[in-house]
Amino acid sequence: MAKKNSSARNESEKKRQKKAYEKYVKNFTPRPKYFSNSIKAFIVGGSICMAASYIQDGLINRGLGKSEAGSVVTVILICTAQLLTGFGWFDSIAKFAGAGVIVPITGFANSMVAPAMEFKKEGPVLGSGAKLFTLAGPVLVCGITASVIIGIIALLK
Amino acid sequence: MRYYSLGNYRDNRLVEVKGTGMPNNKLGKQTLAFRTRPEVLGTGSVVGVKEGQGPLGKSFDIVLEEDMFGEKTWEGAESKMLSESMRIAMKKAGKTADQVDAILSGDLLNQLMSSTYSVKEFSVPFLGMYGACSTMTEAIILGSVLVDGSYFDTVIAAASSHYSTAERQFRMPLEHGNQRPPSAQWTSTASGSLVIGRSKNPHFCCTYATIGKIVDTGMTDANQMGAAMAPAALDTVYRHLLDTGREWNYYDRILTGDLGHIGKQILIDMAKNLGIDLSPAYDDCGVLIYEKDQDVHSGGSGCGCSASVFAGPVWKSMMEGSISKVLLVSTGALLSTTSAQQGGSIPGIAHAVSVEAVY
Repeated sequence: MAKKNSSARNESEKKRQKKAYEKYVKNFTPRPKYFSNSIKAFIVGGSICMAASYIQDGLINRGLGKSEAGSVVTVILICTAQLLTGFGWFDSIAKFAGAGVIVPITGFANSMVAPAMEFKKEGPVLGSGAKLFTLAGPVLVCGITASVIIGIIALLK
Repeated sequence: MRYYSLGNYRDNRLVEVKGTGMPNNKLGKQTLAFRTRPEVLGTGSVVGVKEGQGPLGKSFDIVLEEDMFGEKTWEGAESKMLSESMRIAMKKAGKTADQVDAILSGDLLNQLMSSTYSVKEFSVPFLGMYGACSTMTEAIILGSVLVDGSYFDTVIAAASSHYSTAERQFRMPLEHGNQRPPSAQWTSTASGSLVIGRSKNPHFCCTYATIGKIVDTGMTDANQMGAAMAPAALDTVYRHLLDTGREWNYYDRILTGDLGHIGKQILIDMAKNLGIDLSPAYDDCGVLIYEKDQDVHSGGSGCGCSASVFAGPVWKSMMEGSISKVLLVSTGALLSTTSAQQGGSIPGIAHAVSVEAVY
């Protein structure tokens, strides 16, 4: 019993030391620039959404239905992000804009093309094929699970 | 066998190991004394484009024009960089691969593939080393032991890392868009090799080495490796000074491997609390290798970082005579992708080796 107590005490002592060290390290760590990052993300993300809305309106004016126009805009955004990833520019844009390009569907497109390119050398099936969803997969699983749960809640209401 | 005098060290521990007629080569708790002074005969360093643009760019033997180095894969490029650095080191040492008795080399990739591929063409006995980013000093220490124990005459100690191979193994695909936190470090595309052996007129020799303990701070953030390794580095430096009886200002340069800007500040601060003012002689290879505006955040990392900085710029200033006593303390963050995902802590380690002029 005494042994158990002392090991529990050791454990809490370790945790305390870890916390103290983390706090100490914080003094030396520069903080991310949250404010300027948010502004950049807002401007770039906002511009992407604005451009998308503009294209959608244009398509609707030319006689496309609202949902079809939405699908076409999504395809355009995905293709653009994929192309930019292929040219190797997307990561530079994302470094600047952060969540502004990662949160919209452009980020999703990038997260599929990037591993596909990276693992090309391992072959089309076991390389690109296997790694295609390494980044997007968790997003899909969690996203779909969340939407199912919210759907059930909406149904019950 | 001729034993060199130990110079400034008040050596009261030079006693015979009972019944063997051999001197005891252990100093204090963790330090090895190389009585026969294995000598660094030559060095080779090969670095990537970004490292070439850094402040030390001109002091490396080869700066690549593109990080692929004419290979089909990043891994192939890393192997080629490593074998090229070994070739340069052998050339400078005036040795051919036939005269090399063993190669001790390591890198960051799974199963040490870069090292394995890079040494296969030499057909020399090979030992793979892994100590994360502390690999270079691990290889130098064990190489010096082989030479000092007269098991082998000439060995190569080498290490390498490549940004693009490390990135795909440990982090994200290269083209993936994300923002790195300010504490993140940049894996250096670099490799460095040392030929350790003997010559008639020893110049710069490995004199002491301190094998480090694992120090676990409990930190779990893989973007805070400098902070995770700094206590291990301090532990090893402190132990080295205690064991050898040397003062902290004995060395012209004390170089840690890849603590980066954050880890360096932590180490200086922690040493200050122990009453050691490291700052005049102390620096960090990860800090030295890049300019602050090269978008590397907290500085460089990877086993190639300390390997190439020592084999390139530091060796150059030793040859030019501006410094003569260097303590190289490569630091390693011993994490794996599995341990990081499971929320495990990052154990830190550091090994020190002193390379100094022997007159």
